[in-house]
Amino acid sequence: MQNRIRLPNFRFLIVIWTVLLLSGCGINNIPTYKQQVNAAWSQVENEYQRRADLIPNLVATVKGYATHEQKVLTEVTDARAKVTQTRIPADILTNPVAFKAFEKNQATLSGALSRLMAVTENYPDLKANQNFLTLQAQIEGTENRIAVARRDYILAVQRYNTELVTIPGRWWRSLMYPDAKVMQNFTITEEAMKVPKVQF
Amino acid sequence: MKLVFLAVLVTGVVLPRMDAFASTMPPFPRLTGPVVDDAGLLPAATRQNLSEELARYAAQTGNQLVVVTLPTLKGYPIDSYGYQLGRHWGIGQKGKNNGVLLIIDRAEHQIRIEVGYGMEGTLTDAQSSEIIRNVMVPYFKAKEDSAGILAGVHAILSVMGGAQSMQGKTAPHPQRAHVNGLTLLLMFFAITILFSGMRGRSAGQGFFMGILFGLLSGGGLGGGGWGNDDEGGSGFSGGGGSFGGGGASGGW
Repeated sequence: MQNRIRLPNFRFLIVIWTVLLLSGCGINNIPTYKQQVNAAWSQVENEYQRRADLIPNLVATVKGYATHEQKVLTEVTDARAKVTQTRIPADILTNPVAFKAFEKNQATLSGALSRLMAVTENYPDLKANQNFLTLQAQIEGTENRIAVARRDYILAVQRYNTELVTIPGRWWRSLMYPDAKVMQNFTITEEAMKVPKVQF
Repeated sequence: MKLVFLAVLVTGVVLPRMDAFASTMPPFPRLTGPVVDDAGLLPAATRQNLSEELARYAAQTGNQLVVVTLPTLKGYPIDSYGYQLGRHWGIGQKGKNNGVLLIIDRAEHQIRIEVGYGMEGTLTDAQSSEIIRNVMVPYFKAKEDSAGILAGVHAILSVMGGAQSMQGKTAPHPQRAHVNGLTLLLMFFAITILFSGMRGRSAGQGFFMGILFGLLSGGGLGGGGWGNDDEGGSGFSGGGGSFGGGGASGGW
């Protein structure tokens, strides 16, 4: 008797479970959005890394022409050193201190780099150098990729964080993903980071 | 039980989905073909020839190059606009992201070559910048916009080449719609069978429940809005390619 009643109930639960899983009612949203945030973050890191990789070459090229710009060049080199030497902890996305430090270091480098690109305007020989023009295009392209990656990350985090605190995501979180934490997002504006556009 | 159904109904179907983010960007033009000349920089015959050439190139190689001329971006940065337009149209093939946009903003005198993720290694930022500076800008400065666009297109095409051509012969249309339909069908059968197997229910009832759940599930899945409503009558459309801000900008 017991078994007869229990079996259908159990099966019914499986059916409900399957339906919930498939019907997009949000049970998978938290892990899905989390993966998207992680992917967006990798892209952010990649693009910042690409920028850091371009800088030594840029500094070497500019040095040969802009001999009076030692201060700006040192700023860029120091800021890059800080960025590359700061270890990124595994939990950076949920660790406000580490995240803010990362953001601040990158913003310092952005500022120094944009000052460097601005002073190169004063050196016509440098601006005629093909190697420099190539580097400049690469730096600009990378800055733009950084802006895109940051924007994608901001949107991904907004969606994830919203899912954690709104219904039904909030229910799923307390029911199934109690470890899910709010992710850190960028606060410094893109404009503050933007390298000034060079018109030809 | 009725309450459960009601909950599924409400949460799965009625709740709005957050997927559209508003922005102050100028609206995207319609993708009417491989040449979208909204600024009217090209004479009709040139536009026609260029369209045919680019459509042929896309059919042969799978790579898509789309030329867009805009009357004005109203001060919106062209670097931010380009990748969003590329994503909106889905230029390039899904998974390969082998699309490129050549964007000309007439009022603000800006040019941008926007390169899809998959093309970044072939058409680099430096090459894009060089094409704008050395190939296109001299024409634009001399007020020969049409010749500048043609020269730019040919320079881009020669760099993009046909290297990926052998892999890229499939139709550039996304297949998501079919997958969606198939999933729905499978789900429908699975649920019907499960319900038919239940004690105390006739097959007919199970069938009915299957339909009900199939419909509910479909309502949930369909929320994403597949498909591209920007297709013109030309049969030219994006294949779902994506962009990450690669390329270069310049101006005259």
